[in-house]
Amino acid sequence: MADLAEVVLLDLWVSPFGLRCRVALEEKGVAYDYREQDLVHKSELLLSSNPVHKKIPVLLHAGRPVCESLVIVEYIDEAWPDAAPFLPRDDPYACAKARFWADYIDNKFFDCQTRLWKLKGEAQEQAKNDLIEALKTLESELGDKPYFGGDNFGFVDIALVSFTCRFLAYEKLGSFSIEEHCPKIVAWAKLCSERESVAKVSPDPYKVSEFIQFLHNRFGAN
Amino acid sequence: MSSSPVHHTTMNQLQEEVPKLFGFWASPYVLKVIWALRIKGVEYDYIEEDLRNKSDQLLEYNPVHKKVPVLVYQGKPIAESEVILEFIDEAWKHCGHPILPEDPYQRAMARFWVKFQHDKLSPPIWKWFTTQGQEEEEAYEASIEQLLVLEKELDGKRFFGGDKIGFVDLSLGPLSYVIPIYEEIIGAKLITEHKFPSLFMWMGNFLSSPSVKGHLPPLDELQARYQPIREAFLKGKN
Repeated sequence: MADLAEVVLLDLWVSPFGLRCRVALEEKGVAYDYREQDLVHKSELLLSSNPVHKKIPVLLHAGRPVCESLVIVEYIDEAWPDAAPFLPRDDPYACAKARFWADYIDNKFFDCQTRLWKLKGEAQEQAKNDLIEALKTLESELGDKPYFGGDNFGFVDIALVSFTCRFLAYEKLGSFSIEEHCPKIVAWAKLCSERESVAKVSPDPYKVSEFIQFLHNRFGAN
Repeated sequence: MSSSPVHHTTMNQLQEEVPKLFGFWASPYVLKVIWALRIKGVEYDYIEEDLRNKSDQLLEYNPVHKKVPVLVYQGKPIAESEVILEFIDEAWKHCGHPILPEDPYQRAMARFWVKFQHDKLSPPIWKWFTTQGQEEEEAYEASIEQLLVLEKELDGKRFFGGDKIGFVDLSLGPLSYVIPIYEEIIGAKLITEHKFPSLFMWMGNFLSSPSVKGHLPPLDELQARYQPIREAFLKGKN
């Protein structure tokens, strides 16, 4: 078995949840072994590392698995505390705010984007409107700060940046422009995309859009 | 007409040290926060909300979700029960005992199980409570399956947090008084000592622990509240 100090990430190229973990590791400058998973024929390692959910992403650190993307991101922040902190540890209120918005992204925002590709007709239209509202709410929280973390690229930025490579997909599915409704979010997304960590591990938006369109055509329903 | 605040402690208006908790008597999410504050020995002002007529204060403090619980400390609001629990643990780090462990890996495990409760355990239990016939049976089986996962994780420990109540215990805590009520209303057992020896014992340990004991909603009133809820769901499906 490999070096026990090794960091392994079980992931899938198009997963926004996996992307969060990749960005987090890159931000910390942690070397890791990225292992693309086949979700149809799941590997022994995946099944034994995440027996409860059998899902990616899974982070293995010194052989011990951590599951659930935001749990993984916080773990990365706490296990490598000296580089690029994602949360201001000396400020419990700022940490609480960040966790609140990460939860909003994981629940409210994620639900809207899922409905946008899973549904058709009127229900899809509703999903699009809900997505715009969710982005506007997030934009309001961003305000005039460069990042959600203020001057620092932080926990909430990592939580949301994982979906920015899907903006093209959303726009195509809903025939709308995100920039028209939420220019600050788009500006923020551009700023994030210029970060080495994000640029290095983000999938091609065109490939992502193709993939999501395929899902929509294949599995989408009224 | 806005609800008037009920103060459990009198407080000098200029003193911002005592946190305010906006709650609702029947909410298990509010109760988790109360238990956490009790673990830390923190005095708080409690404000009961009428959820059909939410106060301006609540709407101002939680504009995104407009829900309880909201904890306001030093003028700043925190919403979402598990976010509040982590905040309490950090803001009163040296009071009472730690709610989350110190070690990053143990913290990750605690957060994982809290998410498990939310994503995998609560939905089938709620479905079991709000359906009948085949749907109810399937939800019952799904609940048992997830409870078995939890039983394995607990594995005879006094609490999920070890010797003392922790983040996972607080998150699962409401099950200790809600499940028996559901069982009573439905007329079926979900958590039996035979099938879930660790969980069954945990429920008793949890309910009798100092931070929790005496701090439950009035159970007969809660049962009276839940009964028509089940009936309404069953009626709606016909």
